[in-house]
Amino acid sequence: MSFFKKLKEKITGTNETVTEKFKDGLTKTRDSFTSKVNDLVARFREVDEDFFEELEELLLQADVGVETVMELVDQLRWEVKRKNIKNTDGIQSVISEKLVEIYKAGEELDANLNMQDDLTVILMVGVNGVGKTTTIGKLAARLKEEGKTVMLAAGDTFRAGAIDQLVVWGERVGVEVIRQSEGSDPAAVMYDAIRAAKNRKVDVLICDTAGRLQNKVNLMNELEKVHRVIGKEIEGAPHEVLLALDATTGQNALIQAQTFKEATNVTGIVLTKLDGTAKGGIVLAIRNKLNIPVKFVGLGEGMDDLQPFDPEKYVYGLFAEGLEEEAWE
Amino acid sequence: MAFEGLAQRLQGTLQKIKGKGKISEADVKEMMREVRFALIEADVNLKVVKEFVKTVSERAVGQDVMKSLTPGQQVVKIVKDELTNLMGGEQNPIQFARKSPTVIMMVGLQGAGKTTTTGKLATVLRKRHNKKPLLVAADIYRPAAIQQLETIGKQLTLPVFSLGTDVSPVEIVRQALEEAGKEHHDVVIIDTAGRLHVDEKLMQELKDIQTLSKPDEVFLVVDAMTGQDAVNVAKSFDELLGITGVVLTKLDGDTRGGAALSIRSVTQKPIKFVGMGEKMDALEPFHPERMASRILGMGDVMSLIEKAQENVDEEKAKELEQKFRTQTFTLDDFLDQLQQVKKMGPLDEILKMMPGFNKIKGLENAQVDESQMGRVEAVIRSMTIAERTTPEIINANRKKRIAKGSGTSIQEVNRLLKQFEEMKKMVKQMTNMQQKGKKKMKMPGFDSFFR
Repeated sequence: MSFFKKLKEKITGTNETVTEKFKDGLTKTRDSFTSKVNDLVARFREVDEDFFEELEELLLQADVGVETVMELVDQLRWEVKRKNIKNTDGIQSVISEKLVEIYKAGEELDANLNMQDDLTVILMVGVNGVGKTTTIGKLAARLKEEGKTVMLAAGDTFRAGAIDQLVVWGERVGVEVIRQSEGSDPAAVMYDAIRAAKNRKVDVLICDTAGRLQNKVNLMNELEKVHRVIGKEIEGAPHEVLLALDATTGQNALIQAQTFKEATNVTGIVLTKLDGTAKGGIVLAIRNKLNIPVKFVGLGEGMDDLQPFDPEKYVYGLFAEGLEEEAWE
Repeated sequence: MAFEGLAQRLQGTLQKIKGKGKISEADVKEMMREVRFALIEADVNLKVVKEFVKTVSERAVGQDVMKSLTPGQQVVKIVKDELTNLMGGEQNPIQFARKSPTVIMMVGLQGAGKTTTTGKLATVLRKRHNKKPLLVAADIYRPAAIQQLETIGKQLTLPVFSLGTDVSPVEIVRQALEEAGKEHHDVVIIDTAGRLHVDEKLMQELKDIQTLSKPDEVFLVVDAMTGQDAVNVAKSFDELLGITGVVLTKLDGDTRGGAALSIRSVTQKPIKFVGMGEKMDALEPFHPERMASRILGMGDVMSLIEKAQENVDEEKAKELEQKFRTQTFTLDDFLDQLQQVKKMGPLDEILKMMPGFNKIKGLENAQVDESQMGRVEAVIRSMTIAERTTPEIINANRKKRIAKGSGTSIQEVNRLLKQFEEMKKMVKQMTNMQQKGKKKMKMPGFDSFFR
């Protein structure tokens, strides 16, 4: 059975609308990427050096990064040799299989949130303008839908209007927001919020933080402190540290992931703004090199536009046309 | 720091051919391969990279390099020239309208930094051009976007025009222009909502705002960290609106900023400003030639000099020089100097602007520990005036007192005193050096600021 058919089976068993949503969000990505792959396959009937070179370029344009692309293409070369593949029919499945494989290299990681029996604390971190606050709003809506009681902590006390932004999301979703005034100590906000969350016995507390560029030592130290304060109040907390990454970001995302991981032990990534034309290919490298899994993807500005990340579906989204074609056989 | 990796990679490549008297076509080819990857890793768009590499190799394979006695230098020059070319020749100021008000429209993707840049731009216009700007809050979609602009307006004591979130952006802009006429504002800056370039409905809204307000400048605000997609974004916004310039934000991060090259070569529109921090005065003009130098690891000397001139008190500097000469340099002067350096901005940023700095082994990724500077300050401030001028008198008892007073340890006090001694020695060396010529220079006293 082909890879695509296996995928299809796997996916049809799951929620169709989610898959649709994923597909919709990835349409733009897919249109450009898949049509290019198809174009490539159509133009090259033979799998030769020229084919690999074009493939290389295709992946580079998806922000996958030089190192990962080289690795992938080398593996493909070997695979093609091993399986004695001469023409490009069916090469698509080999490509997507490899992409998933590269993504999954290393230990199997849980893509689900690490939920506790009592209070679960989630800390949201990232550079400026990647969509942390929006993601928190969407995540709160999602968890509430699942029947959890949720509370938000307005830890971005620096950026103008950031607290108000979270408060609006709180009203929209219908959850309480713990806040202090602009300019107050974010660690103090967290302390307050944890106290409040314990008192009200909520299931999940999601903590917002101010965006910061990872090369600002002082600001990263501040974030470390916030992380520490949370850990002091509840052992083992924060149970999840989610790094919001903008899908439009290029190779710097790898440095972001690395630095934030060092400071706050990031447990997962939320890949935002995937509804544009950007591919966010750098997550392959991040997963591969730093062992941080993508847990969610942001596919729009609506409340329900946050979806769990599934590498197979991600690749399926990239190669959906190929899938539908093969399904006809 | 922008482009750092690019510089390193190019330097590695050039190092390889440095020893050769002459380089072959194969050498050039290998080098260009490295240049290509370096540029891609710096997030320059692949197509732009290809064009660039083609031009550079043509010139490199051509006569200029082959015949040159210093092929390495020649290649550096070609690459630098081309980079400067690609990023747009000369600097471009803001285009003001003949008849007031000048209308500036800020557009871009979500999270690029439009609202922050709006505030920074208003600051520049008021400070350097003596204008009286009106800020228009036309982002009715993102929660609290209006509050954000209003807060910035309050910080800057600048008026912000807003009509809440229930009025259409086009109507907001229409009324804002009326208001500007009434209140005699000579510049109107419209802060639009972030949107995806593929969102047809919202892109049409931008077009409508443009048709109504006939802006003199349409600035595309782009995150410097943007990857390959930068070309698509820039192209879409440019095709629809005919952008007049680009503002590159978050360049104070450590991204290599290849997007600058991509956008410029795709749209042919100038990069007018770069965002260098979260403070309202952190907007600087874009200097392609400096950026190119920085890319090649030649150091951004011009920016450094400018920064120094802006922040260093000239009289104090002269005084200090005199003290250096006569060797009457005290701990007080040391403290003074520290503060001057601090005023210039984050130390690691300054150090990276210094030519050749990234060649010093082990310092490529030096992180300056600024809190260490604070401790040094505390130690000096806990000394008496006598101790500061003649540190020789500091005995064990005094050390104990100083450590206690500054909340540090005796070891730290010792370290500082030792550093100060070394620094004095270095100063002596340096003054001697000026006559004797080159001698290996070390930077004692500064070691402790690196981790």
